[in-house]
Amino acid sequence: MKGRPENLSPEVEARPVILEIDGLTHYFDSLRAVHDFSVTIKEGELVGLIGPNGAGKTTVFNLITGVYRPTAGSIRYEGVQLIGLPSHEIIQMGIARTFQNIRLFANLTVLDNVLIAYHPHSGYGLADSIFRSRRFREREKAMIERSQEFLEIFGLADRQNDIAGSLPYGLQRRLEIARALATQPRLLLLDEPAAGMNPQEIDQLMELIHFIRDRFQLTIFLVEHRMRLVMNICEWITVMDFGEIIARGKPEEVRGNPQVIEAYLGRQAIR
Amino acid sequence: MRQLLRNTNFTFILGAVLVFIVVQALISLGVLNAYWQGIIFWGAAITMVSLGLNLIYGFNGQFSLGQFGFYAIGAYASADITYRWVRNDPSALVVVIFGSILALALMFGVSAFLRRFYGVATLTKFLFNFLAAVLGFFLAVRFVNPAIGKVIYAALNALPSGISQQLIFFLALVGGATLAGIVSYLFGIPVLELGSDYFGIATLGFTIIVKVLLDNTDTILPFPEMKGARGMVGIPKWTTWPWVFICFMAVVLVMRNLIHSSTGRAILSVREDERAAELVGIDTASQKILAFVVGSVFAGLAGGIRAHDLAFLHPTTFGFLPSFNPLIIIVFGGLGSMTGTIITGFFWIFLLEGLLRLYLPEGFETWRFVVYPLVLLLMMLLRPQGLMGRYEIAFLRRPLPPLRVKEASPVQEVIPQAGEVTA
Ligand SMILES: Nc1ncnc2c1ncn2[C@@H]1O[C@H](COP(=O)(O)OP(=O)(O)OP(=O)(O)O)[C@@H](O)[C@H]1O
Ligand SMILES: [Mg+2]
Repeated sequence: MKGRPENLSPEVEARPVILEIDGLTHYFDSLRAVHDFSVTIKEGELVGLIGPNGAGKTTVFNLITGVYRPTAGSIRYEGVQLIGLPSHEIIQMGIARTFQNIRLFANLTVLDNVLIAYHPHSGYGLADSIFRSRRFREREKAMIERSQEFLEIFGLADRQNDIAGSLPYGLQRRLEIARALATQPRLLLLDEPAAGMNPQEIDQLMELIHFIRDRFQLTIFLVEHRMRLVMNICEWITVMDFGEIIARGKPEEVRGNPQVIEAYLGRQAIR
Repeated sequence: MRQLLRNTNFTFILGAVLVFIVVQALISLGVLNAYWQGIIFWGAAITMVSLGLNLIYGFNGQFSLGQFGFYAIGAYASADITYRWVRNDPSALVVVIFGSILALALMFGVSAFLRRFYGVATLTKFLFNFLAAVLGFFLAVRFVNPAIGKVIYAALNALPSGISQQLIFFLALVGGATLAGIVSYLFGIPVLELGSDYFGIATLGFTIIVKVLLDNTDTILPFPEMKGARGMVGIPKWTTWPWVFICFMAVVLVMRNLIHSSTGRAILSVREDERAAELVGIDTASQKILAFVVGSVFAGLAGGIRAHDLAFLHPTTFGFLPSFNPLIIIVFGGLGSMTGTIITGFFWIFLLEGLLRLYLPEGFETWRFVVYPLVLLLMMLLRPQGLMGRYEIAFLRRPLPPLRVKEASPVQEVIPQAGEVTA
């Protein structure tokens, strides 16, 4: 199948496709950020996307979530073409993401950050809020309780009324994942979740990622620089350089690939 | 009793009722003369406009200079309804009310239809809605009014005169506010997409356009009774303290309940980080339109109140310079603070229009617009968050949800606890 390594287990190959990117190309004016990028991900997989700085990884995520409209190519999520849809519709279809540079609602409380992501599922309308109807009170209570459950899972329960921007960095990263999960996704895109973490924190993050994948039955596509994380948890990896895919395969195969070493050593060593 | 007093809803309602009774008593006893009564009503009207602007700018982050345009629309539309009514002409009432209903129904239909397509261009959306609104009012003028105008007139006049007057006034206020809402919706569709800075400039343009149209109501527009730049006289003076109080409380309650709901949080998220809001599934365009329309409805309602207190409307009332008043008020009171807006709104009119008109030398008017910006500048330097920052009195504050009682969760072992991970 296009956009996948050949040697994955037949059990995995039998699963349905969740995300199918084909021939994705994007130019910023004359800068070619992504060129002929193809990846096919099946349900429940944990796939990595790596590559040196400026390779175009974040741009791929931005294209999937509708931040930019690609110059060419197709992105199908559960069979539906995403290109041209506004971001919020893409998110509501079941794709969630985090940001390389944390983008929380920094002046709002921790709980509000999660509640906002619940908004499309609030289940009450404008008239309910203005007249404080019974439905408003019930749904609002249920929403708050569910959000608190999320915060508990992420160890943020006792900080719910703190201002999000005041949390330490590691907790902000976790809150961002909690907020993404509150949108009730089936596909989660993580953009450098381990950035700025020390090895011990990375170990905790890996456990967290495994845990949420099982608990929420997620498919995860993640961008990461930190080889410790990528090599340990990804089932297979796509490597990009200068907007193009240069390698694809299981972690141990990719690690030994001369082209990958060359791409990284050209500018930076594999950490 | 102490328990009851601690209930913020109860204390607030108690306080509001007390204010109502005291002011009503002062008016009835003649302590507040017409001048000071007018100042209070004016203060309420400007505060309503400012609350609307605070919703749009302070809570939603969209910089609007157009609220005086909607204030004017509400004022002139409701004034036209009552002006004609007292001259035995129900046409304005019928056209505004039924035209609004038809326009809203058609716009609703058009929006529902367009929602079936993905990625509809903004301009298409605007054109469809615009045509729907025009068609609605056209139908009202052309068919509804000739058909049922006389019947409605007869029916309303059959009521006892005191009741029919209050009812007409109510419909005039609602009509003016609705018209302001419809115009803001049509204007907001294409313009809110431009981003806050451009939106500010476009809304400023809107205020100026409205002013120019008001100057020419009898030439460009077919409303000879509004008398263009000479000013509209002969509007019934129907605004009373109970009406002011009811409208004002309605605005406060609607705004508070809106802000403290899921939609309100979505509105806030747009101010905080529009891109991030969009990427957690918030339809940011709708939130911006919503805040803008609700804020403009407040302005339209305030316009109706003001028009029927002044009994005289002049385009300069809605000109370029006075249109900055609501902005100054919310910056002073605190962007994102209803309490601050209410306090400064009344204070502003009380001080600058009430006291200073009486006690400052003549000619101060000319200097006002030198003083205001200077005061504003000082404010920006000394206390940029406004007098109140984001403070709210208890009734207007959102209760923070209590911490959840922790259950022993199997997750605890797997997930590192807070505090361990501090980079
Ligand atoms: N909005 C933009 N406008 C113009 N150029 C951009 C824009 N966003 C990204 N680029 C360029 O596109 C290329 C790919 O950027 P991208 O952010 O996708 O890289 P990346 O692989 O995520 O890198 P990093 O590891 O540093 O995050 C870079 O050359 C970058 O400068
Ligand atoms: Mg990146």
